[in-house]
Amino acid sequence: MSKAVTQNSCSYCTPLGASLAFKGIENTITMLHGSQGCATYMRRFLISHFREPIDIASSSFTEETAIFGGGQNLHLGLDNLSSQYEPELIAVASTCLSETIGDDLNMHISEYKKKKAGQPIPEIIAVSTPSYKGSHIEGFYIAVTELVKHFSEGKSSPTGPVNLFPGMVSCEDLRYLKSVLHAFNVPYIMVPDYSETLEGGNWKNHHPIPPGGTPVRALARTGIARGSIEFGQVIDKKQSAATYLAEKRGVPAAMIPIPIGIHCSDIFFKTLEEISGTSLPTEFRQTRGRLVDAYGDAHKYVFGKRAIIYGEDDFVLSIASFLLEIGMQLAVCGGSGRGVGFKDKLVDLVQANDGEMPIIYEGSDFKEVELAAMQKGGDIFVGNSKGYKISRSFDIPLVRIGFPIHDRVGGQRIHHLGYKGTLYLLDLITNEIIRTKQSLSSVAYSYI
Amino acid sequence: MPAIDILKARQTQVYEKGRDHFTIECNKKSLSGAVSQRACVFCGSRVVLYPVADAVHLVHGPIGCAAYTWDIRGSLSSGPELHRLSFSTDLNEHDIIHGAEQKLERSIRELAAKYKPNAAFVYATCIVGIIGDDVDAVCRKMTKELDIPVIPVHSEGFKGTKRDGYKAACEALFKLVGTAEPEAIEPLSINIMGEFNLAGEAWMIRKYYEKMGINVVSVFTGDGRVNDIKKSHRASLNVVQCSGSMLGLAKMMKEKYGTPFIRVSFFGIEDTSNALYEVAKFFKNDKVYEKTQALVKREVGGIYPKLLEYRKELQGKKAAVYVGGAFKAFSLIQALRVIGIEVVLAGSQTGTPEDYDTLKRLCNEGTIIVDDSNPVELSRFSLEKQADLFIGGVKERPMAMKLGIGFVDHNHERKIALAGYEGMINFAREVHATVTSPVWSFYRKKAWYE
Ligand code: SF4
Ligand code: SF4
Repeated sequence: MSKAVTQNSCSYCTPLGASLAFKGIENTITMLHGSQGCATYMRRFLISHFREPIDIASSSFTEETAIFGGGQNLHLGLDNLSSQYEPELIAVASTCLSETIGDDLNMHISEYKKKKAGQPIPEIIAVSTPSYKGSHIEGFYIAVTELVKHFSEGKSSPTGPVNLFPGMVSCEDLRYLKSVLHAFNVPYIMVPDYSETLEGGNWKNHHPIPPGGTPVRALARTGIARGSIEFGQVIDKKQSAATYLAEKRGVPAAMIPIPIGIHCSDIFFKTLEEISGTSLPTEFRQTRGRLVDAYGDAHKYVFGKRAIIYGEDDFVLSIASFLLEIGMQLAVCGGSGRGVGFKDKLVDLVQANDGEMPIIYEGSDFKEVELAAMQKGGDIFVGNSKGYKISRSFDIPLVRIGFPIHDRVGGQRIHHLGYKGTLYLLDLITNEIIRTKQSLSSVAYSYI
Repeated sequence: MPAIDILKARQTQVYEKGRDHFTIECNKKSLSGAVSQRACVFCGSRVVLYPVADAVHLVHGPIGCAAYTWDIRGSLSSGPELHRLSFSTDLNEHDIIHGAEQKLERSIRELAAKYKPNAAFVYATCIVGIIGDDVDAVCRKMTKELDIPVIPVHSEGFKGTKRDGYKAACEALFKLVGTAEPEAIEPLSINIMGEFNLAGEAWMIRKYYEKMGINVVSVFTGDGRVNDIKKSHRASLNVVQCSGSMLGLAKMMKEKYGTPFIRVSFFGIEDTSNALYEVAKFFKNDKVYEKTQALVKREVGGIYPKLLEYRKELQGKKAAVYVGGAFKAFSLIQALRVIGIEVVLAGSQTGTPEDYDTLKRLCNEGTIIVDDSNPVELSRFSLEKQADLFIGGVKERPMAMKLGIGFVDHNHERKIALAGYEGMINFAREVHATVTSPVWSFYRKKAWYE
């Protein structure tokens, strides 16, 4: 029989991902439809990673709400948010509680709009995100898909912009992606873009909603795009914004891996070449060259080292591909989401590289990762900071990347993507391996 | 009511001393759409019970409630560390439609077999309250089957506020109290309540009392053990810290076992000393009293000169204080005064009407007092009142720092001991480090190109 209890979960709930995605839309505030605790806990969780003010409202269910439905609370919440935050968009995400009592968000919202007919109110969007629909990453995808469903207009046009759906990446990654698209000289719409809202400068005055994000009006134009690029090989089609636009608006979709490592980054840049009609700018050729050269510099230190990696499914897939490229092996791979075909993709990847077959978990918790690590052993953990305890108990170093990073500063600034991000990850991992070797050595070598 | 736009329904929860004359409304449910800094009933229960380190804490519900609270507090244990693990029944759609009693049962069984805990606490979260699992029945059954107390904690998030969570936790603990007898009954004995051993604070405080010749039977719940809790009804006195969280248990113990209680705070020089003297007075024992005097003299003498040094540099600075319980706010106001800082904004998530009366008394004219506040209010008032320092929890930290206001974490998640005498020095050091840091000058000055 399968286990009943989940220990030290690697995944978080759907509304967390949705809230994060909505942070990347300009002048938007999120409200979770449910009780107060969920919103507060998620704020705390996100704040500990981004170290920025993050407001997520709650419709604050009471016992009466749970019995009679959340319509009234929702309306009151919308009123209060409108007056305190003056947002352009209010994004309402359901929670387990509102879903379980069968509360109909869309009905409440259309009633609200009726009630307010003739008065100026913000745009309102609702997403259905009970936690049993998936983990945080699925919540993220659901939110992005819902945004384009709600706002996109028109039909694909060859002169339209490029849509980029990067998924859950760091603020630094988002800024990098923008600079890449800029270099390709192609108009684009990136959804979402929390690079400024979740890593902004200091403030002179309080901003109820931090500046930055994809403008709401830009979302309409995702429908006339010439093409969409979405990072994700194992996204459920129903949760894929690019797939939706392909089906409804005829926008060609490229579903490609998260660009980490040479192979995955090559796919990204090739796709960009095709879609923009601009050939790869020199700076990227140079960076790719440097990356290849750096692989050479690092190869001996990392060769045969065995990694335990965990995180969101697509993230794990790309990291796995990168580590195999540099001659490392995979001992354990724990995917936290509900990706479609995650395991098969990983098995194919390992076989194609003649690698050691790792223990693979889908929808894993840290207890499973721990047990697997105990069985397989390993030289390095690669993943978010939540693996720290296991890494410490095994006395195996941890390289912190991905989300969340709760015990270091700068998690929001880690650059993972493209040739340049890969260079950074390569240095990080190689140096950690060197550091371990150095500290275990009886001689204090100052050349390695 | 001060002159920023506050949500109408919140106007009775914001008060400016010297200008307003009304009773602050509190213990209300949070307002829909206001970004409350509060968590939920479950949070209250978990805060109180969590440090019991030889029990498993199983969160019955969907994954979030457990995942977000995994190891978020700095409660230390000198032995087992079961409290630092996160266990969830991770309810899925099937469980929600068909009920999850079986899954709960299996989960408890798995955990008992694997970790051999001395008790299990089963937290019922929101969904459980809706799908109607009979958690009590499952717990009864498992108690029999496993021969350890398996205790339900009714902490459905929407059924009240954090205070109701405290109450549920006290009820859960009360089920353990009195279920075992100590070998010997010590006359000079106390329980310490509402002390959660963040960064080892309970150990420090326990040591003070032991030096006074007092026997500490049980600490609720810092570095807590099931067996100590069971025997705690034989202590002569309950020493209750922190406004709301454990007063309920003290009252229940008084009613059933006749154990008297006193309310104290271990934060700041004055309050810590009072907490020790009050206990000494209670026992009317000369030896104890003498030892207490000597202890206080030694400890205060040890840190006072250093505090004065800090005071010299901090004199005249202004602070905003927003914490969970109002009692903590009282202590903070006094402790800050010791190092020369006045409070210009004070508030709590869970204060009672009496608490707010006390706050009004303690504060200076012009101080703003808030109940269940939100980031918009907190940041605007901090700016308006020109606070140099904000004392709060993780959620307030980035808000304050973004505006160039120093910050000290005084929440359950901190890793620095702030209680007792040593804690006071740590506190002063923390305040000093953040208030006098040169980094804020870059926030205030214009950039060269501006
Ligand atoms: S589901 Fe309920 S108990 Fe769990 S965090 Fe949310 S409000 Fe609290
Ligand atoms: S109830 Fe659902 S939405 Fe709320 S924290 Fe728990 S898992 Fe997440």
